[in-house]
Amino acid sequence: MEVFAYQGLIGLSSAMYLWLVSAGLTIIFGVLGVLNFAHGSLFMLGAYLGYTLYGLAGVPFGLAVLGSMAVVALVGAGVERGLLRPLYGLDPSYQLLLTFGLVLFLDDLAKLVWGGVFRIPPIPGWLQGSVSLFGRPYPFYNLFLIAVGLSVGVGLWWLFDRTWWGRAVRATASDREMAAALGIRTPTVFSSVFMLGSALAALGGALSTPVRPVAPGIGAAMIVQAFIITVIGGLGNLRGAFAGSLLVGVLSSYGTLWFPEFELFFIFAIMAAVLLVRPQGLFAR
Amino acid sequence: MNDLARRWAVAGLLLALVLLPAVASRYVTYLVIHILLLALNAVGFNLLFGQTGLLSFGQAGFYAVGAYTCARILLAWPSLLPGVLGGTAAAALAALLLGSLSVRHTRIYFAMLTLAFGMMIFSLAWKWRAVTGGDDGLVGIPRAPLELFGLVVALPTVERYYYVVLVAAVLAVALMHRVVHSPLGLALRAVRDSEVRAEHVGLNVRRLRLVAFTVAGAYAGLAGSLLPPLENTVTPPIAHWTASAEPVLATLLGGIRHFAGPLVGAFVLVAAKDVIVRFTVHWSLVLGAVVVALVLGFRGGLAGALEALTVRGARVRPVSAAAGEEGR
Repeated sequence: MEVFAYQGLIGLSSAMYLWLVSAGLTIIFGVLGVLNFAHGSLFMLGAYLGYTLYGLAGVPFGLAVLGSMAVVALVGAGVERGLLRPLYGLDPSYQLLLTFGLVLFLDDLAKLVWGGVFRIPPIPGWLQGSVSLFGRPYPFYNLFLIAVGLSVGVGLWWLFDRTWWGRAVRATASDREMAAALGIRTPTVFSSVFMLGSALAALGGALSTPVRPVAPGIGAAMIVQAFIITVIGGLGNLRGAFAGSLLVGVLSSYGTLWFPEFELFFIFAIMAAVLLVRPQGLFAR
Repeated sequence: MNDLARRWAVAGLLLALVLLPAVASRYVTYLVIHILLLALNAVGFNLLFGQTGLLSFGQAGFYAVGAYTCARILLAWPSLLPGVLGGTAAAALAALLLGSLSVRHTRIYFAMLTLAFGMMIFSLAWKWRAVTGGDDGLVGIPRAPLELFGLVVALPTVERYYYVVLVAAVLAVALMHRVVHSPLGLALRAVRDSEVRAEHVGLNVRRLRLVAFTVAGAYAGLAGSLLPPLENTVTPPIAHWTASAEPVLATLLGGIRHFAGPLVGAFVLVAAKDVIVRFTVHWSLVLGAVVVALVLGFRGGLAGALEALTVRGARVRPVSAAAGEEGR
């Protein structure tokens, strides 16, 4: 029983990376209607930038995370304005293909700039140590991750539900033309949403640097998981993405412990089953 | 290009392909086999994407079903034909089963579903050690002799095996040409252009999509089953979703609206990769940039760009005739 609870807690903290990435993927899909294949690569970029600032340049961890978010947000703005904007109104397959081209480009660019080596810098001093949970030491850093994930959840809810900007975004998402007619600058809304989504992916990536190895492949691995989560939660459904992240994070934590052989198969089987039986997602209202 | 010029071009290409092993090095022959395999996969994929309008991200799964089935057959019964036909049939069957589920959706949901199915096949290849050899894959697969009507042709060299692949590819591509220009091809394009209109003229949209999906799966499977006799091994990465992107990229590069598009794309993709990797290991960087540029500026692909040039040079066709050319 204690193993069960402890393993669940381990899964909960890795679910937070999934949540940060799939939250960005979800708001971009929900508002722009673009399924961003390159979202995992933005996570990877965030991880590399976080690593460069914190692990190499010695910038304080918090600043390194913020810096990496800012740079990736700018990259996101460039992608949205320069590359995606000409494709709105075409068959969505083209947006999927364009962002797939970006995956190839960004992953190889990371290899070119940083090399394909696995590196892990130490956890910053103020986040080291562990607490005793269920008779086992639970890293303090994992608790910190859970706190960040929950704060982002609350922050997004506040942003979308309580601010003028959030209302403009929701109006744009539900009817673009009508929103524009009401005086909302929809191109600006699109850009800002894409930047926010990119920054969230970078936050996940930068937070992973002290505990997970950074490598060019992490983006491709992450995007597939984020796809699974957003499908399970319902494409464009933020609440669903949160629940889906917890589900996938905790299930794969148990999966690696008890049936490592077919963990991957079952996760994709769940994704396919949801698409077939309940394409609006398990957590749609 | 008019009909006569097209016929001469096809005849010239076939002649060049037949003479190739006599004039080119073994490495070039080997490379052209890979071009033919990718071309087969891409031609099948384009029936699904260019003709029917469905973007599949799971073709590597059917390629792998073909490759693994052929490998298992050849390991038990070293005769080429049963291996290749068995592999193709197994892939077609898998595509029929998974397709009957996938075609319930279109667009992004379809792409996601095929991605999930492809990755399920990948995880079986990766973990089902008893059947697939797990991450080691299957090794020691013989390039079994071709036995046909009591005739036994041994295939000890790459050059001889090249002719097997060439015959298979030419037959399959010719068959696809017939399919695309048959009433079935017309019906598929009707489904692509307007699902509602197609339904109203009495077409069974879902069944047509399933037919396209199954044929595409069979072509991927044929390409896959021709791989193990060449390489003597099969490993799981051929089933991964990133491998599914290869026929997609080849088709996009060549042009989705032309019959020859996927063939041109397969040639350019394999040849360009071979040349570029001699200068830099960062082949994906170049490829990614090319994909972005293609999607933004040249959605007709190379074939589309070429046609725009020749048409402008020759004569201006009336709009209706040009529209009728869609899908060639």
